[in-house]
Amino acid sequence: MLQVVELYKKFGKLQVLKGIDASFSPGKVTAVIGHNGSGKTTMIKCILGMVIPDKGEVLLRDESVVGKWKYRSELGYMPQIGRYPDNMTMGQIFDMMQDLRKGHKTELDKELVEKYCLTEMFYKKMRTLSGGTRQKVSAALAFMFNPPVLILDEPTAGLDPLASEILKEKIMVERAKGKTIIITSHIMPEVDELADDIIFMHEGSIKFHKSMLELKAETGETKIGKALGKLLS
Amino acid sequence: MLKITKYVLIDILRNRILLMYAIFLLIISLSLFSLEEDPAKAVISLLSVVLIILPLVGMIFSTTYFYNAYEFLELLLAQPLKRNTILLAQYIGLSTCLVLAFLFGVGIPVLIYYPNEIGAVLVFAGVMLSLCFAAFAFLASVSTRDKARGIGLSLLFWFYLAIMYDAIVMGIMYAFSDYPLEKIVVLFAALNPIDLARITVLLKLDISAMMGYTGAIYQDFFGNWKGIVFSSLVMAIWVVLPLWLSVRIFNKKNI
Repeated sequence: MLQVVELYKKFGKLQVLKGIDASFSPGKVTAVIGHNGSGKTTMIKCILGMVIPDKGEVLLRDESVVGKWKYRSELGYMPQIGRYPDNMTMGQIFDMMQDLRKGHKTELDKELVEKYCLTEMFYKKMRTLSGGTRQKVSAALAFMFNPPVLILDEPTAGLDPLASEILKEKIMVERAKGKTIIITSHIMPEVDELADDIIFMHEGSIKFHKSMLELKAETGETKIGKALGKLLS
Repeated sequence: MLKITKYVLIDILRNRILLMYAIFLLIISLSLFSLEEDPAKAVISLLSVVLIILPLVGMIFSTTYFYNAYEFLELLLAQPLKRNTILLAQYIGLSTCLVLAFLFGVGIPVLIYYPNEIGAVLVFAGVMLSLCFAAFAFLASVSTRDKARGIGLSLLFWFYLAIMYDAIVMGIMYAFSDYPLEKIVVLFAALNPIDLARITVLLKLDISAMMGYTGAIYQDFFGNWKGIVFSSLVMAIWVVLPLWLSVRIFNKKNI
């Protein structure tokens, strides 16, 4: 479904991505893990077209999307830190996004908006909202247009336990529908719960890309945190 | 594109600074017109204000807006929208606001006190300057991610065009006063939008005699309809060129 091929990116003198190769398949949750600054977010931004790679390709259904824009209607993105125009109300944000994505065919998925009770806060200005509430807005927006590819950058960071439970449930439901889902996370129990595949990144390259089962079988551990510890030691 | 512009407008029109800017211009224009008995003199004073304040405020406001709306930009970039569209929509929204503020602050008083061709030229020059310096501000903003550096860069632009440039031209004219410089002087004027605006308005006021020999050259070149078409064209280039450059840079920018 989604592939990155030989992705290179340099910021100034810093080589952030050193030839990333990965493919993400439908109906699976792929967790991208790694230290801070290992290039996870840069890779995601390359897929989204926010960062333009120096070399390499991003393929969606075997078609190159670097420098294109229409393909983004097939992506739902939840950023690490959701930032929105201060002067707009939450309702205006939702209206605007629906307005901008008018071309989309499928029905709107407002499940998260309802479960997070966001409609009650539609009159509030974005700058008055707490970080967690903004994360809820980001999550609701990412799922709203029913995109076949979902990219969630540290989705549960900053959410309260109840809200992150709702989000995880939603991720599982969407996976069952055959969506391609990419998440990054530092919370290992969460990766345990959600992921089918693991990509481990280190200093701009992929150390391994394995399925959860393989990883556990190889190391003989049941928890991903311990398995990783074994692999890396 | 217009959809994005609509939301940019919603965002900016709530900005108090813009409102203050418009009121400030209005107070200056009204007081100048009521203090001077001869409205033509008031127009000359107003011209100096327009030539210094308009570019400065336009530039600082646009640069600050661009950086403050960075989140908005990120949000838009993750949507199925072309980068060109996003930047141009922001530019249109922003420059519309600046032009509206100018029309409110200067356009209305001119319409009341001095509704003739000269007034129209002054307002036209102001509108073009607003557009042009908003474009410069965008160019400065897309060139660097750092807000302080972006504002510094646009201040430098302003300082160069509003103050330094004239000094340099004077120096050159003085140093080469033995040579025939007529055509080159016209070229120099065209290379600076502020000068261009000033000359266009001053020539309409028929005080070019006060500008000495150079005034005569300007009168000869800019005084007829060809000159007006020429200066409008060059002004348009001063809007389109920085805008085009910033779109080019923005298309390759990493957010």
